[in-house]
Amino acid sequence: MMEDFWASFFPVLMIWFKCLVLLIMLPAMFGISLGITETYMKILIKTLEWATHRIQRASRAEEILKHSSSNGGLIQRDDSSLEQEIEELRRNRPKAAEQGDFTLSDVLYFTRKGIESIVEDDVTQRFTSEELVSWNLLTRTNNNFQYVSVRLTILWGVGVILRYCILLPLRVTLAGIGISWLVIGTTLVGFLPNCRVKGWLSELVHLMCYRICARSLSATIHYHKKQNRPKKGGICVANHTSPIDVVILANDGCYAMVGQVHGGLMGVIQRAMERSCPHIWFERAEMRDRHLVTQRLRDHVNDKTKLPILIFPEGTCVNNTSVMMFKKGSFEIGGTIYPLAIKYDPQFGDAFWNSSKYNMVSYLLRMMTSWAIVCNVWYMPPMTQEEGENAVQFANRVKSAIAQQGGLVDLAWDGALKRGRVKDSFKEQQQKMYSHMVVGDDSSD
Amino acid sequence: MGSRASSLLREEDIEEIKKETGFSHSQITRLYSRFHSLDKGENGALSREDFQRIPELAINPLGDRIINAFFPEGEDQVNFRGFMKTLARFRPVEDNEKNKGPPSGEPLNSRMNKLLFAFRLYDLDRDDKISRDELLQVLRMMVGVNISDEQLGSIADRTIQEADTNGDMCISFTEFTKVLEKVDVEQKMSIRFLH
Repeated sequence: MMEDFWASFFPVLMIWFKCLVLLIMLPAMFGISLGITETYMKILIKTLEWATHRIQRASRAEEILKHSSSNGGLIQRDDSSLEQEIEELRRNRPKAAEQGDFTLSDVLYFTRKGIESIVEDDVTQRFTSEELVSWNLLTRTNNNFQYVSVRLTILWGVGVILRYCILLPLRVTLAGIGISWLVIGTTLVGFLPNCRVKGWLSELVHLMCYRICARSLSATIHYHKKQNRPKKGGICVANHTSPIDVVILANDGCYAMVGQVHGGLMGVIQRAMERSCPHIWFERAEMRDRHLVTQRLRDHVNDKTKLPILIFPEGTCVNNTSVMMFKKGSFEIGGTIYPLAIKYDPQFGDAFWNSSKYNMVSYLLRMMTSWAIVCNVWYMPPMTQEEGENAVQFANRVKSAIAQQGGLVDLAWDGALKRGRVKDSFKEQQQKMYSHMVVGDDSSD
Repeated sequence: MGSRASSLLREEDIEEIKKETGFSHSQITRLYSRFHSLDKGENGALSREDFQRIPELAINPLGDRIINAFFPEGEDQVNFRGFMKTLARFRPVEDNEKNKGPPSGEPLNSRMNKLLFAFRLYDLDRDDKISRDELLQVLRMMVGVNISDEQLGSIADRTIQEADTNGDMCISFTEFTKVLEKVDVEQKMSIRFLH
């Protein structure tokens, strides 16, 4: 009985495999598109629009409209400064400046700011997935949306079956093929002696594999301003949302990766990649020595035959609604900076890796059971450090440019706040500002 | 189609909180999402550490006192009801036509209750008086290390002198209210909730 089953199942498997190779892998490897994904996306968009329409009709339509118009914000905050607010509070009192100006009502300023930050703050919301304006038929994004209609439920059910039973196995197979080919291909290329052909072949292998991996996520990527593509010897910086950023960017160009040496499967991939073209992998201990890190990066950048390096200066994944503080290390190396802005469309799948909630495997599974990954990448004109600008200012300038291009909020907060506490110096700054209001500037006495 | 955060909050609870605090249905669900996202331990209650994780609050000079206001006497966990009751004090006052307030009469966001919140920031031992020491403590929190003890002391003395009407060298709630009578407390201690 088992042989019969196997005998009938095997040809099916072979056909499926051949289809896979012909329809998806080969076109992907050569960068051509057969239009299957496009058709899928069109159907998906139409369906989601219909679903949105139904939800809006069924539930309180005014609420959803208000929700979307205020950009999801819960409260309206003032932009006025500490000085302005405290002046206002004190307006009704005569100023007695000899012994210091303080009123009991001064606490009201800090109180309101504090309560406002409890209700809604700029930082903690960046470390969880972006809230959607309208449900996209995935259970995981269902936050406040209640049961609407039978049709919608059926649609959701169909979606589940489609995603988990058809798309998921397909994608996992593709990813498996992609990664294996990456390891095998780069190892093979590594046997060649160093010559131009090796470089060319290495780039080809990398590109093919990343394209297959991108297909395995049903990724639709739109590249803009391709004339600004990074050149060899440059440093590319981009905002960081997930490990998939690497796949997204490497689909259209070859980069030298920078990162920590890992064990396990990642380690195998890293070592294989290293054989075919130079990447920069650091041991954990080496990463603490900033001079060593800067020197190695500088050496790589100065060698004009090596690929541009790819760095994510935020140092951690944030949820793609904002760009957080860029660490100045990458901006001290010298060399030309090529900024890249990446913006995902959350409607089709949430790409943010919440590393405190999901490990890598569950994250990849979530990616592969989303509808698709849709994103835009902008290649921005190169920037260099200007006269009289220090590394921090330069970093902030690049960060603002990326934020503006990608339509993201430009924040000065450190992404490390995901895990660590905020520095006391910020509180001391506020205390200092307030003290000025109490005793006035020392110079004016 | 189960939803994550709001399924833990039942309709009856929402109705009760609505009556007690005056928040609207959508405000309550959104604030519940916020509560849930702050609750890292996922045990339905917030601890002081959960509040401290908000960077803007951690750098607020009065951060600790504000956090303290959420926790009932001697407890170190606050549930959603308690969270909402404290936040309710910051609702704008005009919204009161729709809400009759809790059965006991005084709505949570009345001018008096807002002033009481501010008073309690100073009055740590809850003896209904702001002593010189308590005033100094709050002053020290707000100015950090930038003002000397003597100067701070004289500021405190002057403040008490101006406010104290019954000569007990402390500021009672009535005296506090009198000092702030011209301040637009309703506006300064209110948060504009959207929808």
